[in-house]
Amino acid sequence: MEAVIRQLSQTLRDAGASRAPLRIRGGGSKDFYGNPTAGETLSTLAYRGIIDYEPTELVITARAGTPLAEIEAALHDNGQMLAFEPPYFGGDATLGGCIAAGLSGPRRPYAGAARDLVLGVRMLDGNGADLKFGGQVMKNVAGYDVSRLMAGSMGTLGVILEVSLKTLPLPAAETTLHLNGEEAAAIRCFNEWAGTPMPISATVWRKGDIGVRLSGAHAAVEAAAKKLGGELVAPAAAAHFWRALRDHANCFFAGDLPLWRLSVKSTAPPLTLPGETLIEWNGALRWLKTDAPADAIRTAAARAGGHATLFRAADKSAGAFHPLSPALAQLHRKLKQTFDPAAILNRGRLYAEL
Amino acid sequence: MSSLDKPAPIDAVRQSKVAAALRAFLPTSAVLFSAEDVKPYECDGLSAFRQLPMVVALPENELQVQRVLQTCHQLQVPVVPRGAGTGLSGGALPLGNGVLLSLAKLMRIVEIDPLARTARVQPGVRNLAISEAAAPLGLYYAPDPSSQIACSIGGNVAENSGGMHCLKYGLTVHNILKLRAFTVEGELIEIGGDGLDAAGYDLLALLTGSEGLLAVITEVTVKLLPKPETAQCVLAAFDDVVKAGQAVANVIAAGIIPAGLEMMDKITTGAVEPFVNAGYPLDAAAILLCESDGTPREVAEEIARMTAVMQHSGATEVRVSRNEAERVRFWAGRKNAFPAAGRVSPDYYCMDGTIPKRALPRVLTAIADLSKEYGLRCMNVFHAGDGNLHPLILYDANKPGELARTEEFGARILKLSIDVGGTITGEHGVGVEKIDSMCDQFRAPELALFHAVKHAFDAQGLLNPGKAVPTLHRCAEFGRMHVHGGEEKFADIPRF
Ligand SMILES: Cc1cc2nc3c(=O)[nH]c(=O)nc-3n(C[C@H](O)[C@H](O)[C@H](O)COP(=O)(O)OP(=O)(O)OC[C@H]3O[C@@H](n4cnc5c(N)ncnc54)[C@H](O)[C@@H]3O)c2cc1C
Repeated sequence: MEAVIRQLSQTLRDAGASRAPLRIRGGGSKDFYGNPTAGETLSTLAYRGIIDYEPTELVITARAGTPLAEIEAALHDNGQMLAFEPPYFGGDATLGGCIAAGLSGPRRPYAGAARDLVLGVRMLDGNGADLKFGGQVMKNVAGYDVSRLMAGSMGTLGVILEVSLKTLPLPAAETTLHLNGEEAAAIRCFNEWAGTPMPISATVWRKGDIGVRLSGAHAAVEAAAKKLGGELVAPAAAAHFWRALRDHANCFFAGDLPLWRLSVKSTAPPLTLPGETLIEWNGALRWLKTDAPADAIRTAAARAGGHATLFRAADKSAGAFHPLSPALAQLHRKLKQTFDPAAILNRGRLYAEL
Repeated sequence: MSSLDKPAPIDAVRQSKVAAALRAFLPTSAVLFSAEDVKPYECDGLSAFRQLPMVVALPENELQVQRVLQTCHQLQVPVVPRGAGTGLSGGALPLGNGVLLSLAKLMRIVEIDPLARTARVQPGVRNLAISEAAAPLGLYYAPDPSSQIACSIGGNVAENSGGMHCLKYGLTVHNILKLRAFTVEGELIEIGGDGLDAAGYDLLALLTGSEGLLAVITEVTVKLLPKPETAQCVLAAFDDVVKAGQAVANVIAAGIIPAGLEMMDKITTGAVEPFVNAGYPLDAAAILLCESDGTPREVAEEIARMTAVMQHSGATEVRVSRNEAERVRFWAGRKNAFPAAGRVSPDYYCMDGTIPKRALPRVLTAIADLSKEYGLRCMNVFHAGDGNLHPLILYDANKPGELARTEEFGARILKLSIDVGGTITGEHGVGVEKIDSMCDQFRAPELALFHAVKHAFDAQGLLNPGKAVPTLHRCAEFGRMHVHGGEEKFADIPRF
């Protein structure tokens, strides 16, 4: 396996010398995400496998090319899970791509995001240097937190080789409820519920329908289900429902209209933008299918305390990601220059100038 | 670094020039430089290291902070940010040629949003003050360092502080949403957002734990959580430290994430009991405190499972707190472990390595051996659930050579933490204290990258210089630079 790393490192050094861009790719399940990027493909698939998994340490370490499904299966066998409920967007999703994209699923507001559970990384920077940050322990403040910086950096700072993630026990009980409510009322309810000790692990609203998942100790789940009311969803149907939501496999996400992801303050009132909305994360995540102009959407998201990503669209000329303030854009350029001085890694995938 | 390094002298001409420049916009009382006025700032919680600052600046608002930074940058004066000064690694140790920038007067809770469950606060607000302000709303701020009555939220962010409850509720980095901060040049940066993520690189994570080297934080938006309805604690005694360590692993293996899981060894219980009268079983080799919180039914269910695990793991005694007063009494000893160390010994030195839990028996045995070797007593009290050790080495600074021996003992514990796959610091930071141990934990390429990250924020190295990351030159001199496979990587990188 170390030979694979030497090979990858050599490829990076050669590309750096000729300033030839590289496109880092795992399973390709997130090819659609971010801005288009040019260059030879640098595949991580050869560097795969779980390196270390000790359930009582609550830590798993695996290579970037390891299929996410393999990791989740190993955890499941030991009664554990990746609490951020990573979206796959396709069966071939790998760990490296999952962390580089930094996306999290329905459980995110309650159990943390991908970045929250990252404990350490081994990576190659743009010079091909083999670097290790963080580690396999829960608490570690030695040096800057480069591991978490890698989460969501879209491969523009380095090639992730290995990741250590915190794992959590599977909840003892899980129940899904179906309720009804209009958008503004649903947002209000989600936030009020989040202020009580109910073990909510997912929320969704769409067109008058509300879904709530409860996960935790039997007693807590039962008590909360009684308090919330609504109708119980059969366990198999519920599992299917949340998985489809996580992977955008339900009918809301079908069709050719551009799909926007608005990450906003959870209490922000319904955004008055044309198009269809689906809400998750207590109101903090709003998916919008619309052909409204990018500027209008980004202005609305910023007003709601957040940012808007053009998630899926045939035309991404408006830029996949929300523009940065000049001060932050400058820091981004400097960090890119630090990690990848020849600017060969996923050029432009995050922002045109990175 | 050693505490025996001599303090730097202060240049009086430069001092009056810098003080005058700051007094152009700060009230006279907010710019201190006479030796007696600046004396209270000569050290943080790591009092073995002392240095008088050239000037202390005490701005009251964000605009003044910005102007202090702009002025210092113009005059090319290094700046050391300081919160409440409770840090345990010398992160806020002043510089004899620098300005100590205290954020303590920025202590307003700007806004609490009960529905969104957030609080927007200035950096000098004390950790506990946030929970106190949120309490009437049924909310609290989860990270609870033992120093929470005193330490500031700005310091918490700069150190990525943890607490008793971080196994279940996370560290500072998991509980903040947004920062306002100023670069060393005085430029405002807004990081994070009101949503759960932000566009671009995760600078919120990068700044958290950066020990005041990247930017000065002037406002923090934290998440608030609903207060658990109730909490209960299991106290389990073991006749063997290894068994106690195994019990910790068994709790996790049973799928339980306790609200707190702490261990104290026999020396510790013996030291704290006379002060807190918690009724600890003093003949036990180690005791565990294992807490459950939530709704009453949830807690009852979990406490039953915890009790069963402790019994299966060979506990010689298991007690469950019967009421809130008893629960508080169980914790009293743990919370007072540091002060107790201060009472049974003239001085103590607190270490902070984190190790994989499976290495607990090995490391505890090795610490006991080192304790004999150095002839210094050591109390072990720690966050067992996440493997974060706090060995307290007891010493007497007035006895010649004892401090030096203590520091060496401490450095060996840190080396041991690295050797078993852990880290030299779980929550107290590197500061000046563990800077040489960084040469053990990281190799030249990683250290070089840290310096490059610093350079991206602060090209001239004027913000809290000399802390957290050792120069490659220092590591080389120290003789600890790791050379892998006989070849030194990046031979062409300048040794800072
Ligand atoms: C008795 C005792 C118990 C403790 N228990 C714990 C514990 O359980 N868990 C834990 O994690 N820590 C603990 N600590 C350590 C300490 O309290 C924490 O590190 C705390 O976060 C420091 O906060 P402070 O405001 O005192 O920061 P300071 O000591 O003033 O500064 C700490 C660092 O932060 C920087 N800094 C401060 N404010 C800012 C700002 N606004 N912007 C940029 N940089 C800034 C400083 O430059 C310095 O590097 C304990 C300390 C004591 C004395």
